[in-house]
Parts: sequence; structure tokens; C-alpha cells
Amino acid sequence: MGKIKGIELLKNGKRLDGRMPLEMREIEMKVGVIPNANGSAMVRFGKTIAVAAVYGPRLLLPKHLQENDRAVVQCRYNMAPFSTDERVKPGPTRREIEISKVIRQAVEPVLFLENYPKTTIDIFIEILQADGSTRVTSINATSLALADAGVPMKDLVVALSGGKINGTLILDLNGLEDNNSEADMPVAFTANKKEITLLQMDGELTKEEIKKLLKEIFTAGEKIYQMQIKALKDRYSE
Amino acid sequence: MTKQNNGVREIAYPGQILGSSKEYLASHGTYIDEQGNIVSKYLGILSISGNYISVIPLSGVYVPKPGDHIIGIVTEVEKVGWVVDINSPWLAFLSLSEGVDEFVDLKRVLLNRYYDEGDVIYAQVLSAKKGDIQLSMKGPSFKKLKGGVLVKVTPSKVPRVIGKEGSMINLIKEKTRTIIRVGQNGLVWISGEKVDKAIMTIKRIDEKSHVYGLTEEITKMLSE
Repeated sequence: MGKIKGIELLKNGKRLDGRMPLEMREIEMKVGVIPNANGSAMVRFGKTIAVAAVYGPRLLLPKHLQENDRAVVQCRYNMAPFSTDERVKPGPTRREIEISKVIRQAVEPVLFLENYPKTTIDIFIEILQADGSTRVTSINATSLALADAGVPMKDLVVALSGGKINGTLILDLNGLEDNNSEADMPVAFTANKKEITLLQMDGELTKEEIKKLLKEIFTAGEKIYQMQIKALKDRYSE
Repeated sequence: MTKQNNGVREIAYPGQILGSSKEYLASHGTYIDEQGNIVSKYLGILSISGNYISVIPLSGVYVPKPGDHIIGIVTEVEKVGWVVDINSPWLAFLSLSEGVDEFVDLKRVLLNRYYDEGDVIYAQVLSAKKGDIQLSMKGPSFKKLKGGVLVKVTPSKVPRVIGKEGSMINLIKEKTRTIIRVGQNGLVWISGEKVDKAIMTIKRIDEKSHVYGLTEEITKMLSE
């Protein structure tokens, strides 16, 4: 644990890429990247790039999938074949289907779906480069794309991953850390109310560690929230 | 709160707390949360008039409301009416009795003699419940629009295209010598002399609706 091929993931209190344990990677956000979509956004966390496109609300067909009192959210998370070192086979894998579902569940609670009966809101997420924490990057991109599409929302959704290496709590794991850490915990929450919409964990953390890590994620999430607001406003500042 | 920054109107984002429901009244584009705060629902232009707070979305689809005057394209002729595409997530239905004033003997007449597939009509929303939208064409201004060009604008920006008491649209009509009809669903029908210029102007309004001094810019653009 905490070691790969003799390289230490945490050396002198610094991580492999020179970050401090609670430091995030360089983040870039851009709204309105796909002209054909109703709303779209690109989010980059270090080397991880996710592009989200939102289409709709539009009529849902076939008819038996329609809901009479609300819109249905459909989400597809897809990794581009060239996104990782090893080529990813095209087509939805078990992992991709699961991530599609958790992303959908992470953004659904903030949407006012009852205004659009019989329709669907389609979310398409493409991972162009994967270097850890792809699901939180995708959720941030989806949140921006939904706002850009003009879908009524209660709040924006902010997501960030946390983890543990050699007993030290860290934020925003990259690919190497993701694969070799003792624990990794992606979290998504609504920006104002801090209501958690996604909480997954891989590995082992004690109760105290989870509490501490959540606190750190909420604090760091504020920075991501401000970046989301800036990206949204930049779309219309000219 | 309505401060001016770099000539762009103040933009609200989803989840932004705009004020307390004790001081202000929540108008469209906002909701009141459990703590009694007025919160924005959309990414849009913040406007406070009197004690009403509203957010005008900068994008989004058209949701029909009864009484809206809209422009639609007939997509299907059915036995007792027409299916109309009204630029919203749902298709609308125009029944025979609401679409034609005269008596129609269904045994002898085919309905496509009134409105055929591809025809553009100016109509009114009669009712809109759970995605079931009924149209009506009773009234002097509702008719089939012959010839002309259709332009799409963002539905929430239609009031800007029309301007205060029709100031903007009358300006375009006058300067380009065209007849323009604006549907509240975001479809604009243009016919006349300088159609190209009218289209360009309307697209410009759609893009720049959030910037101050739009009327001056459009006046300048039209007088070129």
C-alpha cells in the first residue's frame, strides 16, 4: 500500500506531482463548447478532461418510457478509446454503466423535473483524457451543462474526490493515486445546502477519517463552486 | 443589487440567493427555499422591479401557456385536425373546429385544402396540460402565413426582440421594409424587401440580449 515499483506516493509530505496532500490539481472550466447541444461544458482537473452535453428537455420516445408527471433524465458516460494508456474498448462496460447511473442520481435531485412531463433530458459525457477522478470531473461538467441548457435547477452540484495514502488524507486523486491509494472517496453535493448526492468509497477509512475528509472536501468544494460560477458568467461576459 | 459591470447586465446563476422573501416577492425564474430565501432557478438576467425579483433565462426550451400567440409548422394532417410543431418539447394539436370557421363536410373535403404539411400558421395556445397542447385559430390575427422566412430565437428573449411596446420590432420593420410576426415560442416569420438584414438584426438581438445599449447598437446596425 502506498508504494508502486518502489516509488513512494507520498514523499516528505508531498505527492508524486509535487502537490501538498490537501491541494487540488489545476482546474479549468469552459461553458458552451458544443454549439449543437442545448447546453455543454468542458471541465479539466489536471490531466482528466470531461466534456458534457445536455439535450432537451425533448419529447421522450418510445412512449412507454415517458413519465406523465415529470421529465426523465437519461445519462451516458463514455470513455473515449484513446483516453487512457491502454486502449479502452468502445461500448458501455459494467463500470461505465454504473458511473452513468451515479452521475444521473447525483444531478437529478437539483432539477425541477415536474415542469416537463413526457420529456427527457439527455446528458452525454465524454471522457477525452482519464487520469483519475473522472466521475467527479463529469459531475462538475454536467452541472455546468445543465445550467447552460436553461434547465430549471435548485442549485449547482459540486463534486470532488478524497482519499488516503500512508495514513494521510488527500484531495483530488490522480490516476496513480487512484489505483494505489488505501482509500478513495468521490463526493458530490449541492453547493448551498451541502446536501450529499453522491458518496462512494473504495478502500478503508475510519469513522473519524471520513468525517475529517468530508469536512476538507466541503471546504475545497467552495473553490470549485466559485470556479463554476465564474465559468457560467464568462459565457455571457463579452 | 442592479449594479452595472462592463456593460453586461447582472447575471444570476442557479442556486444564487437573491434576497429574502420578507422583503421581496418571488417572480418567475425563482423559487423560495425552506429558509425563506428567494433563489434563482436559471442562468439568466436578474431583474428587480418594484419588490419583485425575477430571473430571465438566457437559454431553454419553450413551455406553452394558454393565451400565448405562437407560430407553428403543420407536420401532419389528421382526420379531424392538424398536428403542429411549435418549437417546444411537445407537439400541439389544432382541431378542425378551432382551425376553420366555415362548416366542413368531412365526407367530401380533405383537410389539407385548409392547411397542408409544411404550412406555417399563426395561432393561439388554447390549453396546455401535461404535455397535451391544444391550439386555436379563432380571432382576426390568426391565419396561415404564406411565403416568408422563419428564424429561431431563444424563447425567453422574445420580449427583447419585440422591445418596449413593440419599439424594437417596429424599428426593424420600418428600416428593412418587411412584415414581421413574432411567435412567443421563439419562431419569427419575416417577409418583405430586405429580409437578409432583418434576419441579421434579429440574430444579433438574440446573441446580445444581455448587453446594455442594445437599442442603440441595433439602430446603428440598421441605418448602415
